[in-house]
Amino acid sequence: MTKLHFSRKQLCIPYALFLVLFVVLPMLLILFYAFTGEGENGNLVFTFGNFIDFFTSAAKLGTLLMSVTIAIISTAICLLIAYPLAYILARSHWKRKYVLLMLFIMPMWINFVLRITALRELLDLVGLLGTENYLNTIIGMVYDFLPFMILPLYTTLEKLDNSYMEAAADLGGNKLTVFTKITFPLSMPGVISGITMVFMPSMTNYVVSDTLSNFNITIFGKLIDEYFTTFDNWHMGSMISIILLLIIFITMICTGGFKDSKTDARGTNLW
Amino acid sequence: MANLKKDEKIIEIVNVTKIFDDTAAVDDVSLYVRKGEFITFLGPSGCGKTTTLRMIAGFDLPTSGKVLLNGKDITNLPPNKRPVNTVFQRYALFPHYNIYDNVAFGLKLKKIPVTYVNDKGETYTKMQRLTRKEIDEKVKNALAVVDLEGFEKRSVSTLSGGQQQRVAIARAIVNEPEILLLDEPLGALDLKMRKEMQIELKEMHKKLGITFIYVTHDQEEALTMSDTIVVMKDGKIQQIGTPTSIYNEPANAFVADFIGDSNIFNGTMVGERLVRFCNHNFPCLDDFEKNEKVDVVVRPEDIGMTTPENGMLRGKVISVVFKGVHYEITVKVGKTEVVVQSTESRETGETIGLIIQPDGIHIMKKEFTVNRYDGYITKKNTVAFGDGEFECDVTSLYPNSVLDEEGYLITADGEKLDLTDTEVNVEVEFKDIEISDNADEGGAQGHIVSIIYKGDHYQVIVRTEENEEDFVLDTEDLWNENDYVGVKIAPDKIRMTLKQETKQK
Amino acid sequence: MVKKILSIAFCVLVLLFIYSPILLLVVYSFTDATVIGQWTGFSFKLYADLFRDSEIMEILFNTIWLALVAAALSTILGTAGAIGIFYSKKKFAAPVKGVSQIPVINAEIVTAISLALLFSMVALYRTYFSLIVGHMVLCTPFVVLSVLPKLKQMDPNVYEAALDLGASPSKALFKVVIPQIFSGILAGFMLSITLSLDDYIITAFTKPRTFDTISTYVYNAVKNGTNSSTPALRALSALIFVVMIAAVLVFNLRARKSKEERK
Repeated sequence: MTKLHFSRKQLCIPYALFLVLFVVLPMLLILFYAFTGEGENGNLVFTFGNFIDFFTSAAKLGTLLMSVTIAIISTAICLLIAYPLAYILARSHWKRKYVLLMLFIMPMWINFVLRITALRELLDLVGLLGTENYLNTIIGMVYDFLPFMILPLYTTLEKLDNSYMEAAADLGGNKLTVFTKITFPLSMPGVISGITMVFMPSMTNYVVSDTLSNFNITIFGKLIDEYFTTFDNWHMGSMISIILLLIIFITMICTGGFKDSKTDARGTNLW
Repeated sequence: MANLKKDEKIIEIVNVTKIFDDTAAVDDVSLYVRKGEFITFLGPSGCGKTTTLRMIAGFDLPTSGKVLLNGKDITNLPPNKRPVNTVFQRYALFPHYNIYDNVAFGLKLKKIPVTYVNDKGETYTKMQRLTRKEIDEKVKNALAVVDLEGFEKRSVSTLSGGQQQRVAIARAIVNEPEILLLDEPLGALDLKMRKEMQIELKEMHKKLGITFIYVTHDQEEALTMSDTIVVMKDGKIQQIGTPTSIYNEPANAFVADFIGDSNIFNGTMVGERLVRFCNHNFPCLDDFEKNEKVDVVVRPEDIGMTTPENGMLRGKVISVVFKGVHYEITVKVGKTEVVVQSTESRETGETIGLIIQPDGIHIMKKEFTVNRYDGYITKKNTVAFGDGEFECDVTSLYPNSVLDEEGYLITADGEKLDLTDTEVNVEVEFKDIEISDNADEGGAQGHIVSIIYKGDHYQVIVRTEENEEDFVLDTEDLWNENDYVGVKIAPDKIRMTLKQETKQK
Repeated sequence: MVKKILSIAFCVLVLLFIYSPILLLVVYSFTDATVIGQWTGFSFKLYADLFRDSEIMEILFNTIWLALVAAALSTILGTAGAIGIFYSKKKFAAPVKGVSQIPVINAEIVTAISLALLFSMVALYRTYFSLIVGHMVLCTPFVVLSVLPKLKQMDPNVYEAALDLGASPSKALFKVVIPQIFSGILAGFMLSITLSLDDYIITAFTKPRTFDTISTYVYNAVKNGTNSSTPALRALSALIFVVMIAAVLVFNLRARKSKEERK
């Protein structure tokens, strides 16, 4: 009997161990590396040096600012394209609108490195490659992450009960009022999860910026990569990771999206 | 329980307690089930009936106590090793199997001993699974019992609620269990279907001859179907008996109120087999000590109507409702409302007389007549008890004592005492407790957990959250169960006595 | 009417944006020109080259092999984890669920370097072990998240009903619980394959130096200036685009259809 009641719970143990070993422990290691450095005789010493170094380095702060700007612009463009699109799709009375949605979010399933290299070819063809690095990077981010904005917006708008809008109209609201006072506020969960899905990757996915700017733009994620692979300074790399984590944490708090928002968008219910 | 013979016990539950997250769902319950009987655990939700059933099935483990099957301890036996099968409230049919596979599920897992004779003429037994043919046969028979012949290939989702219920029963009885457990099996069916299934289940019980343990909150269902009823409340058994004895001789006000309609009065024994309530002395059959406070239960159908001058009680009809077979007539007698059931009608406003025969009066001891608590005096000279803090008159602890400006108590002898942390016994009468919607107004706060109508007032129990202290009070106002209320007691209504000598200053 | 036309025009524009690079690559995979933009006549030469290029074939095989192994292991670990979480007390389940969210929320680069730090400490850095664990960290939480809702939808009594009818706990799990959450398990598996196939960053930080997936190979090709338009790669991309689009459409529409039929 005791055995019976333990058997199902015990199934959790391998996963819990896995998480401790390969999620919790590695994160603690980052924390450890971030606040240590190599002493004079090569052994590790505790230091705030990396932290101070980051906030006194104009180059690093500049990278951060530029990355945030790129991410904000990319996210805004994604939202501006995805919202009307999701609205049109969700509100249409077409029976097979689901097929249409599939067409728009299809890229989610295709290797993003291949898609970005394809985009690179196109940008090369129209003469943007090598001349407009920032523009190309933003186009690339939008191209890569647009589906992740469309899906959560579509899901919330589709679920929206039409009677809310009808009630608002019935009470005398014109189309604009109905949209700004009812539809948009009610679709906020979708907007928020879309933003969290796009903003953070736009700051960190350096494959996009590298490929489309011919390695001329260093975004924040690339900075971490460089400290690990090029400069071989793991302590500084860890410190930058900690700062990135802080930014993720702050955006999470700001958007209040600590829930499973990201998983909705990733489409756990799509396959 | 005198009518139950000892040697027939199939299930015996001995001092079983089950605690979930610090609350006792089942609290020291002992009972036994006779072989072949139809026994029902009856009570409101949360009374522990389902938990008791689940411990018999093996889904839950008792925190303490024992479960015996045919005299053997099965407390720790897993459910798959017990010769009992369960019909679940929402059927729990396997949606990925068709009807045949659902019913055959247990049979396919079963191994039975088969005896063989080898070449040398020696016999040996082997545990073997049932053959396909045997399983087919048994499934067919089980489906016939529940009137679902030919449903084998249908999928679960195509069946109605009633049909799913039948499949669930077939799936359980096909394994020929010694005991069939039924957990509110008719709860999800509509009224008409429920009535039909009640009769069918009763017939099935007769035909199969196995023990049925049935759980329900529906008193009518319990009275119709059972050989024995176990009435439960708050994890405790209130009464065990036949439907007739439980209906006619409820053990306490809760059972009387829960089973059937009843009038419950506050009464006092005024003589030998003489009880006084509604300002009238009634001869009765039960004997209690003189002057004892008692609950008097009178079933509405046991009250007769007559002319005002011939009645033992006189009152004015305030409402008449036709209930199909009888009329339900509410009569105001003094301040008390009395409900009468009769095939005759009366006019609203009419003054009538009421007669109650001695055998219609059921008297039961009051569970308690005063609230008692352990408390202590705080620094502010208030008293803390029942998860709360109340203003009180500490000078009542010592005759002729007074308080000085600093809050010390000066006894009649001129002694100066610090009462802080003094332990006291506290008593409060039911009528001296008031409750208020504004919970903060009270000295203690809690939820209303029970309301029993007592003719001219309601008896309300307020239970605090922290230590589950109860405040029992009488009130004329109607409250709702689960209301969160504040408990107010006037300082002079708190009776305190010292537990021991106070420390001296 | 005007509104409708505008809507359709907008949709078409977005579709054009999404599919023009893909179309461009597919079209130019049928010519043997080295540079895109110069059409030198229709030819299957790139496809012939592709299948003769043993390096690319090996990388393709690596990528698929890695995705299948990582997805299978993640599915087993994640399904067991989800069942465990579901039946555990909240006190234990809540922290496990919380930690499970970390790889989902975290930036991939942070997950990648954290694993690099760990494995370099125990001398397993850049081995097949670190690679597969890296992909499992990426995929398993999503398996858990696909399976948990299915467990919640399940009638809580069916497991007990199976025990009641004589099934042992493990038999009840496999005969009753698993079949009922199977759609969630399958979804988790498919999602894991997609995530693994799609990944670049974690792969780059955990893979053995001589091992490449399509992602790392193509990225490095761009980086080293050998250029992505290595013509045979164009054919590979085109092939992958077409195969994935077909697979996703067929799988989704079929699942959708059977769901509607059941209703």
